[in-house]
Amino acid sequence: MSAPTVSTPGAEAVPLPAKRRVAQLVMLAFAVLIVMAAYAAVGMGIDQKIPSGMLTYGLGLGGFMLAAYLVLARFAPWADPLILPLVTLINGLGLVMIYRLEVGAGGRGGASATTQLLWTAVGVVVFTVTLIVLRDHRALQRLTYTAGAAGLLLLVSPLLPVLGQEINGARIWIGLAGFTLQPAELAKLALVIFFAGYLVAKRDVLALAGRRLLFIDLPRARDLGPILITWGLSLGVLILQKDLGSSLLIFGTFIAMLYIATQRTSWVLIGILLFVGGAILAGMVFSHVQDRFTVYLNPEDPALYDRVGGSAQLLEGLFGMSQGGILGTGLGQGHPGLIPLAFSDFIFAAIGEELGLTGLMALLMVYGLLVERGLRTSIAARDPFSKLLAGGLSFLLAWQVFIIVGGVTNLIPLTGLVTPFMSQGGSALLANWILIALLVRMSDAARKPPPQAIQDEGLTQVFQR
Amino acid sequence: MNSPLKRTALACILMFGLLMININYLQAVRAEDLKQDSRDRRNFFARYEVERGLITAGNKVIARSEDTGDREARFKRVYPEGKIYAPVTGFFAPENTSDIERAENDLLDGSSPSLVIRRGIDLFTGKQTKGANVQLTINPKAQEAAYKALGASGKKGALVAIEPKTGAILAMVSIPTYDPNLLAPADKAAVNEAYKKLDANDDKPLVNRAIARTYPPGSTFKVVTMAAYLESDDSLGPQSQVDAPQRLDLPNTTADLPNYGGAACGAGRVTLSFALEKSCNTPFGKIGMDLGYDAMKEQAAKFGIGENLDPLEIPMAVAPSSIGPEEDQAALAQASIGQRSNQMSPLQMAMVAAGIANNGVVMKPYLVNKVTDAEGGEIKTADPEELDTAMSEENAAKLKEMMVNVVNLGTASAAQIPGETVGGKTGTAETAEGQAPHAWFISFAPAENPKVAVALIVESGSAGNDASGGQTAAPIAKSVMEAVLGK
Repeated sequence: MSAPTVSTPGAEAVPLPAKRRVAQLVMLAFAVLIVMAAYAAVGMGIDQKIPSGMLTYGLGLGGFMLAAYLVLARFAPWADPLILPLVTLINGLGLVMIYRLEVGAGGRGGASATTQLLWTAVGVVVFTVTLIVLRDHRALQRLTYTAGAAGLLLLVSPLLPVLGQEINGARIWIGLAGFTLQPAELAKLALVIFFAGYLVAKRDVLALAGRRLLFIDLPRARDLGPILITWGLSLGVLILQKDLGSSLLIFGTFIAMLYIATQRTSWVLIGILLFVGGAILAGMVFSHVQDRFTVYLNPEDPALYDRVGGSAQLLEGLFGMSQGGILGTGLGQGHPGLIPLAFSDFIFAAIGEELGLTGLMALLMVYGLLVERGLRTSIAARDPFSKLLAGGLSFLLAWQVFIIVGGVTNLIPLTGLVTPFMSQGGSALLANWILIALLVRMSDAARKPPPQAIQDEGLTQVFQR
Repeated sequence: MNSPLKRTALACILMFGLLMININYLQAVRAEDLKQDSRDRRNFFARYEVERGLITAGNKVIARSEDTGDREARFKRVYPEGKIYAPVTGFFAPENTSDIERAENDLLDGSSPSLVIRRGIDLFTGKQTKGANVQLTINPKAQEAAYKALGASGKKGALVAIEPKTGAILAMVSIPTYDPNLLAPADKAAVNEAYKKLDANDDKPLVNRAIARTYPPGSTFKVVTMAAYLESDDSLGPQSQVDAPQRLDLPNTTADLPNYGGAACGAGRVTLSFALEKSCNTPFGKIGMDLGYDAMKEQAAKFGIGENLDPLEIPMAVAPSSIGPEEDQAALAQASIGQRSNQMSPLQMAMVAAGIANNGVVMKPYLVNKVTDAEGGEIKTADPEELDTAMSEENAAKLKEMMVNVVNLGTASAAQIPGETVGGKTGTAETAEGQAPHAWFISFAPAENPKVAVALIVESGSAGNDASGGQTAAPIAKSVMEAVLGK
């Protein structure tokens, strides 16, 4: 099958991206199949029988994804065919692991596959609604400052009395009608939209003004405003909510987007300097920041292991992944239940225990592919706002995976963040499905053939979509 | 904006690359250390995840694994015979194991390299790997008879029975003992508590006295002295005369070596056979001094005695026996009658009796007869091995004859079995001042075609005269020999 080509007068035939809808459907079915097989493996591992819920969960997931696919095929037909199957696979494996942890703990311990499946359904609904409502993502550019304000409001909302709640030492939750939500998850999306809109507007001055010192271009002092404000915001999140992860996530993403917008390496250097300064400052002021660092350096130290909030959780995760080794214990046959919060922050370690290095490498490849598809969308995008937004969202995803997975695997100090699409938690799932909807929307726009001028006999040009 | 985007993509590749390198390092390299960490409860659970193999004796199952259905600690070890076989099976506790459970652990839990093919097959057929079954040489009838008879004495003690021709251990009992079922639950705290209690018990029920303890062998050691004497001169025989003074002067000391209770032994000169029958001390003290330390040590070594020899493993390690260090002649005289620093394990004395019965050839003792995988495939079978030749066939025959006389005419009449020729030797070992001496007995039967050799000790089991070893210990040996012979 050859890609359809459009001939432009005076130019070579340019291959158009194919829609690849059948391929997408096959891959989607394949992802659902893998997830169902994993369900079966969990049952075989635990009870030596296929779990009764396999069909419910499998068909449930399959049904949602088919719906998502149909909406996508109708409303974003040119979208990248890989994104949805990749997300389906990650989300499904997360569901399987949560199911496995729930069954393994006999229902105790907080893991709930049903709740997560419900949130997945909500995520898919939000995904489709976003695709249907948001026909042109550039509409978001007009909402730059609204998004910024919303992001800020969401970010500080847990600090409000009555609404805000402190769970596990971090004040990052709000209670609404019996639900607890993590508004930071949505805030980060709103902030990326804001960053994109703001930077598109200000990129010229941020990119060009300044003077050259030695071998780097330094920006003007008064242009340091935005980066300092974001830095302050991140520090605020860190200080007031004790949320190291989100703080690092927001600041890092902003620096990356600043760099993409301005192509100026000095911003990255300034960003790193500010980060180091902030980290040292935080380490001096807050004992919990310092603790994370000492735990990171020596998780096996018995004194740290025994301390409350010490290295026990990290070490349990490392134990699990060690026992998993190259091939893993097999689903349902390890003891991931020993890892505190295995169903949320430490789900990566739980997967490492039962699916081994092999499983984790595959999983990282899937995440990597997803990021790659996002960045490809960004490069293919035709307007600066789309480029910046797609690039920012893709980097956000990669950066989040790096922070949490690096933390859990003792590569960097541990900061609590959810593993995108895997960890149990509705807010994160919701936010990430919106993120994917935006990427899909932008990839559709990027891959869609531009309006072609059809040469008429006369000089009249007719545009055809 | 494409060029910074490409660099951002590069940064993402770098991040994922770092993550991948790190998990490879973590799960393939660092894992080796982390897996050993005792704080990892997975190591504890792993002990209960495998269905350990059976330990059997004859047609009796003495240890098996029971599927409790528990998710975290699925298989529980059960010892249907409890205390009777405890010194053999040992225990399988959350953090510890002992005896066969320890010595054959990698076969029982299926992790042994010799089970790799079985594991491979199980991997493909999806079967859960089971451990290998260990069949012991123990004869259940003999073991139970020994446990019953020794237990009936009401004293502490140990007994070992060996098949002289092969070295197969037919019975091994240590009393008091413990119930290994108490240490089997997958409950660290409860088991540690139970273990502490057993360990703190003054009677030391956890110690396997048959192999882990040594005692002065007393007069039973005289057969070794006799063996050395016979080997020193082929013209000697049961009817050869030896000096048997009432008291033997010990050179360079003010003390003498008396006979038991200061009694006379014949008329000053007796036959070798008579000296053994009546267990006179003075002739053997003199023989030891005449032969010298080196000759005595050499003879002992041929029976497997000596702290410098390769330690025996049956497969549990056996505490080395020793005739003591070289001192003066007086000490040698005392060592020659099984006192002073002379220390023997019950297993060692059973080897002595078995070696004599087996025409002077001492077989290496062993406890594991056969190991089979869960499907019955043979993994290994015991191959009887000679340990050493302690004495020539002729000399062994002479010594056997004298030991038969001990049972028929001497101190060990209680060991007689109608219709069988039994050989034996009693012993009474002085221990600490104010404590009753230990009663010993070693024996074999039938003399012409030995099927069983027994050694046993009843701690502080002697009532006060030299025949008491015979009175207390000989009937116990008799019941075990009868069990083996099917009487």
